[in-house]
Amino acid sequence: MVATPWLSLSIWLPIAIGAFLLLLSKPGQAQMVRWIALLGSLVSFLVTLPVYTNFQLGTAQMQLEEKRLWIETFNVFYHLGVDGLSLWFVLLTAFITIIVVIAGWEVIQDRVNQYFGAFLILSGLMIGVFSALDGLLFYVFFEATLIPMYLIIGIWGGPNKIYAAFKFFLYTLLGSLLTLVAFVYLFNASGGSFDIQTWHQTPLGATAQTLIFFALFAAFAVKVPMWPVHTWLPDVHVEAPTGGSAVLAAIMLKLGAYGFLRFSLPIVPDAAREWSGLMIGLSLVAVVYVGLVALVQKDMKKLVAYSSVAHMGFVTLGFFMFNSLGVAGGIVQMIAHGFVSAGMFLCIGVLYDRVHSRDIAAYGGVVNTMPKFAAFALLFTMANCGLPGTAGFNGEWMVILGAVKFHFSIGVLAATALILGAAYSLWMYKRVYLGEVANDHVRDLQDINGREFLMLALLTAAVLYMGIYPKPFTDVMDASVIELLRHVAVSKLN
Amino acid sequence: MIDSTSVVGKSDLIAIYPEIFLLVMACVVALVDLSVKSRLRTGTYVLAVLTTAGAALLTGLYAAGGQTLFAFDGLVVSDPMGNWLKCFAAIAMLVTFIYGRPYAGDRDMLRGGELFSMGLLSLLGIYVMISGHHFLTIYLGLELLTLSSYAMVALRRDSGAATEAAMKYFVLGAMASGFLLYGMSMLYGATGSLNVSEVYQAIASGQINKQVLVFGLVFIVAGVAFKFGVVPFHMWIPDVYQGAPTAVALIVGGAPKLAAFAMAIRLLVEGMLPLSFDWQQMLILLAIASLLVGNLAAVAQTNIKRMLAYSTIAQMGFVMLALASGVFGGNASMAPDAYGAAMFYMVTYVLTTLASFGIILLLAREGFEHEEIADFAGLNQRSPLYAGVMTICLLSLAGIPPLVGFQAKLTVIQALLASGSSFYIGLAVFAVIMSLIGAFYYIRVIKVMYFDQPAEVTHPVRAGFDVRATLCVNGLLVLVLGVMPGGLLALCYGAVQTLFR
Repeated sequence: MVATPWLSLSIWLPIAIGAFLLLLSKPGQAQMVRWIALLGSLVSFLVTLPVYTNFQLGTAQMQLEEKRLWIETFNVFYHLGVDGLSLWFVLLTAFITIIVVIAGWEVIQDRVNQYFGAFLILSGLMIGVFSALDGLLFYVFFEATLIPMYLIIGIWGGPNKIYAAFKFFLYTLLGSLLTLVAFVYLFNASGGSFDIQTWHQTPLGATAQTLIFFALFAAFAVKVPMWPVHTWLPDVHVEAPTGGSAVLAAIMLKLGAYGFLRFSLPIVPDAAREWSGLMIGLSLVAVVYVGLVALVQKDMKKLVAYSSVAHMGFVTLGFFMFNSLGVAGGIVQMIAHGFVSAGMFLCIGVLYDRVHSRDIAAYGGVVNTMPKFAAFALLFTMANCGLPGTAGFNGEWMVILGAVKFHFSIGVLAATALILGAAYSLWMYKRVYLGEVANDHVRDLQDINGREFLMLALLTAAVLYMGIYPKPFTDVMDASVIELLRHVAVSKLN
Repeated sequence: MIDSTSVVGKSDLIAIYPEIFLLVMACVVALVDLSVKSRLRTGTYVLAVLTTAGAALLTGLYAAGGQTLFAFDGLVVSDPMGNWLKCFAAIAMLVTFIYGRPYAGDRDMLRGGELFSMGLLSLLGIYVMISGHHFLTIYLGLELLTLSSYAMVALRRDSGAATEAAMKYFVLGAMASGFLLYGMSMLYGATGSLNVSEVYQAIASGQINKQVLVFGLVFIVAGVAFKFGVVPFHMWIPDVYQGAPTAVALIVGGAPKLAAFAMAIRLLVEGMLPLSFDWQQMLILLAIASLLVGNLAAVAQTNIKRMLAYSTIAQMGFVMLALASGVFGGNASMAPDAYGAAMFYMVTYVLTTLASFGIILLLAREGFEHEEIADFAGLNQRSPLYAGVMTICLLSLAGIPPLVGFQAKLTVIQALLASGSSFYIGLAVFAVIMSLIGAFYYIRVIKVMYFDQPAEVTHPVRAGFDVRATLCVNGLLVLVLGVMPGGLLALCYGAVQTLFR
């Protein structure tokens, strides 16, 4: 009996539905498009569930593998599989896509079919990135995500959308192109294979390792984004439509961090160890300095964007301390940030749809007119500053523990992020939601409707579940993290 | 090889059967056209399309046969690589006819049906060039191709730009032919033969004065570089692309690229591989200059045809890089892969160019030329399908996966890195950074199509069924070949492989 190719289904089902939506371009079909998109994203999420239920705990082996020859000339395989490092991102991607479809339901009136089509295609492509075990396949998915995202920002974005779309596309393309060169180099060095697991075993010289490390760094650091190549992120977030921001923060940033785990650490371990000081340094700058930058933002989206950079700094910090607490903490933080940042951006989107402003100064006392909404927003704000019991806590806690284990002073510096995070998150909450009703706009606000309630409730459930009972998340990754660290510990110099 | 005392043997005729077929049909088309009355020249058009389809089928069957046949004392060769290139060239010309006819008809360019008969003649020139196994045969093919191209560029007598473009093309082309001929004469002086195999033998013997050889080589490379349109022999490309009627620009920019590739292989690889160290260095310089100038100049263009012209120059830089990475340190074992990569790049480039110019031709039919990038504003609202096809083409040219242009760039990077030399790795990094600049101007057009509002009231885009269907298949191929490049890759690599048996 042939096993059901759950991973292929998870990738191609949303892409097929998305491509089908692109064909429904007649204006009268908008409502039908919305329902197809919603059902499509639901079904796409359902087919990712077997990926989780069929997952065997306690092994670092790749699971649910599918392998077929793709391009014979270059020995490229259509090779999919998940392990503890990638499993949750497959589910997270499909989950966030449902939320994004719900979020765009009424807001998007222009070219509805292309909007939902782009998000569904994007969802499939991103699942492809997380489950590709062939370097070239990974690269194809990684790059292809640029196209729908570019269009999403450019068509449905804010006033400065074109600048943002270009910046996004070119920044990330530059990094990826260098990565391609590194991949082809690895192909030759490994004797003609694009298989990632073969690359994990390939011995490499010191210079080659360093060059490959920085070629990979170019792609992944831009995508994460690490300081100082983070400048595209605030610009893009400010201009992107709410759904675009949510997907960008919740999943696309994870592609870069995931790349570090899957490629940089195991393939060039010696270079990774040699340059870990630099990586930790950059991560700490992101955590502390960008945290401070977030504090002074006047635009809500910018504030959350900078807070994303700071949180992702935590992730890379955890990775490059090479202990299991740090790496696992980084991954937990990635998943948690996926839920929390999506929630934060959706909350801003809810306000923006009503008032058409993202200025913190334009609001005040929203809690008086939108009590239900303010409760949700409070929860996401608390999760954003890492309150125990919410998803945001566990990852940060693990990373800080790992940092203290690595070096006490790094632990202390990392821990300041908790203070800064609390400062900018709570201060924004105070200025927007609390106090007296600031102006007529706020006075006229309607509380969230059923659709908005549903999407925020789904995310809230995820945030609380992960905060209170993180075991399903950490159990999955244990074996893979240990295997990864074993790889990093062994020198591959030839 | 054929006994030199015999007159014309049967196998000679079999080898050039496709050429004979084309020549006869070109004459038939010209004659039949005398009795065709319709404004759109339907009769001539159908006959020309059938001819190109027949030629493609014929050469495709030859190529699938996989035989190598020398004829006329080694003047011509019929080998798998050449036959595949001829097959693709015929398909490219067929597609060009389909895209170009309504455009040409609207602009009164179909008066005498010259577009079709001359197009077939230039295809014949391409065929002769591809199958030439003698420097002069190749030269004759080149002249047949360029002479009919000059005439077609000037086909719109009332257009000043077209006349100017034809003049420029003619003067520069004549100069390039002169270069080529001069180089060949020197080579003849040095080696005593112009037969490709004999030249190869003579050079490989090592008995020949290197100085004369390299001197001749410089001129030959210059002639080849002109056909490719790489810097500094690129000046004609932007002017001809922009000045020529778009339908003719497609004839000049499409199929002949395949002939240029064949010429490079026949002259440089089959004829002068022992001199590869010298010509590779020249090609690397040409490649660096083309990538730099082509990409930078394209950024500044507002006319889409001109932008695509400069982008062509940059794309040809990539082909040059592939051609320059065949032999490394005297070791030619990587050569088939490198030239296979160049062939794949060329074939997919022509495929993409056909579709992008096809869209320009299609849009130009609403009564104005539709040549400025700004004219594409809001195309997505008018016609999501054509905007989608154009987007696929542009992203493919930019080398974004999963489109075929990405696979093409990958093969070239692989050819560069297979050498293992740090200089070639540096070249690969340079090339990808240049393609980043390329991505900028390609996605700028996508921006205009998707993000900008249409300038004024515009009509929905209308097109005949043949044009629409071909465009869809063309655009889809760019995507499908990007996702599943295996077959075409194997075909290109296998075809080049037979040269080295």
